[in-house]
Amino acid sequence: MAIVPRPVTLEPRAAERRRARTRRARRETATAWTFTAPATVIILGLGIIPVIWSLLLSFRADDLVTPGRWVGLDNYRALAEDPNFHTAVSNTLVYAGLYVPLSLAGGLALALALNRRIRLIGLYRTLVFIPFVVSATAQGVLFSFILDPQFGAANSLLHKLGISPQGFLSDPDQALYLLVLISLWSGVGFCVVVFLAALQDVPPELVESARLDGAGRWRVLRHITLPTLTPVGIFLLLWQFIQALQVFDLVYVTTKGGPLGSTTVIVYFVWEQAFRTFTAGYGAAAAYVLALALFVAGAALRLTRRRQSARTEAAPEAAPAVLKEGAAR
Amino acid sequence: MTHTAHTAETAPSAPTPAGGAAAWKTTPVRRPPGRRLPFSAWHLVLAPLALGFALPLLWLLLSSVMTDAEINRFPPALWPEGIDLGGYRYVLGNAMFPRWFANSLVVSGVAVLSNLLLGSLGGYAFARMRFAGSRLLLGLMLATMVIPFQLTMIPTFLVMKRLGLIDTLGALIVPALVTPFAVFLFRQFFLALPREMEEAAWIDGCSRLRVLFSIVLPLARPALATVAVLTFLSTWNDLTWPLIAINHDTQYTLQLGLTTFQGQHHTRWSAVMAGNVITVLPVLVAFLLAQKTFIQSLTSSGLKG
Repeated sequence: MAIVPRPVTLEPRAAERRRARTRRARRETATAWTFTAPATVIILGLGIIPVIWSLLLSFRADDLVTPGRWVGLDNYRALAEDPNFHTAVSNTLVYAGLYVPLSLAGGLALALALNRRIRLIGLYRTLVFIPFVVSATAQGVLFSFILDPQFGAANSLLHKLGISPQGFLSDPDQALYLLVLISLWSGVGFCVVVFLAALQDVPPELVESARLDGAGRWRVLRHITLPTLTPVGIFLLLWQFIQALQVFDLVYVTTKGGPLGSTTVIVYFVWEQAFRTFTAGYGAAAAYVLALALFVAGAALRLTRRRQSARTEAAPEAAPAVLKEGAAR
Repeated sequence: MTHTAHTAETAPSAPTPAGGAAAWKTTPVRRPPGRRLPFSAWHLVLAPLALGFALPLLWLLLSSVMTDAEINRFPPALWPEGIDLGGYRYVLGNAMFPRWFANSLVVSGVAVLSNLLLGSLGGYAFARMRFAGSRLLLGLMLATMVIPFQLTMIPTFLVMKRLGLIDTLGALIVPALVTPFAVFLFRQFFLALPREMEEAAWIDGCSRLRVLFSIVLPLARPALATVAVLTFLSTWNDLTWPLIAINHDTQYTLQLGLTTFQGQHHTRWSAVMAGNVITVLPVLVAFLLAQKTFIQSLTSSGLKG
């Protein structure tokens, strides 16, 4: 009944709407910035700024207390000649060279063994994984007790077997290898979990049809299971390598880099330079060398991931071809 | 080997709710239902292996209830004659140990809560709002995930020193308040949620904050659990940063306390082991209670997809 007044022109309304839209957008921007501000301040403030600061530090002689002075590339030059740094690098590489392949092979073998439906399997998986959540500190304390030359259960056991007592972590020839073993005890569980998750992606139809075609267990493993696991394996390889380069806590708790520098790894070296001998600039330079190695590993990871995602898209067609090839032989 | 927060090297992918937990509970091997094997030969392989992994932890538990006489004789006893709680009594009666426990609890508790809050706030803004500079900001945050902690630890120490936080729990809490991982994980999770309900509430005049708290977060339980679990694991287990940031033993965390405890009480191994049990216990309990989420968050935090 009421007569709705019709607008005479559209112009003012459009302008108003536009203004309202910009107002809303501005308000949205303000809200968004408030939402992200705390994260931005903390993450960028303690992420980006220290990276640059660290780079500047690495060009200085600095003890963290008195004002330092600019020394240019001297720290890096000194690192190149420092026998202690060389030892740290080679110890880290030995550690990584043993830990990475062993954790992968062990993880794969265990995952294959644990990938079956039998009673108690959940318990077995849990027991294999549990050491992973135990902190490196607790592991270190526990194993320095077990491996204590005097009071340790390990020597007690060797005694029962008639083997002479060992020095273990106090023996420069054994310490680094024992650290690898301790890390394996806790680190294998992670590989097992990842491989177990990847085993889910093995297409059961493929396995069944291969079986029907007369392929044995070994062939199925070789031609179907392992190719499916390859991408995850490459990921784990680099992931574990990155972890291995950063090992520190376990070393600090068990051996403090000793005996005779036999377990001084790169991060331990960095920590020692910065917070023990107060040559922070030198430590920062060593940290930059480590970071460079990690960036190379990270870039490799990125590259393989990109290539691998391209490959998995092609997988449905590729997989039967592999199967055919396997059956034809 | 303490992971995630500081050392996450790769951009994590969106959580895959099916992946990890499914792998933990079931196997792809399909057996006709009803056909049950009474005994599998695999038990002969798996049982000793699993026991081997459990053995050091079993030994931890056993030695914590041994008497010092049992530990100190040679060769030491491999099995306690009775349960002796002297080690626990000594540790809990120690003036410092309960305090370290409380410190660890405060640091981890604040870190978990604030990662959930600040991470979801940031993640929500990146997932649902358009604002100038959002892409650059997100890119920068993600870039910090590939920075190894060792590179930033010296300047972070200097920053904390300028803030006057060194030797206080603040120095442990501030860097752990929010991680790029939490922001990114929440963003990915929110992107996968349908927008319709939020939009309806928003049009009805609900504020963004209210939409987040009353609609989005109740749907985001898996993401909340993942962030909580990984934050707790990395803060509770961390040693490197407390070692740098804390000097005075009243501010120690459990992990840090344990390392000095070991040196001071070499003769009282039972006390050291009791302390170790108390340090490991919270993570172990958390793991056993939330096994599914734990496994899921590990496999989804950068592995699948």
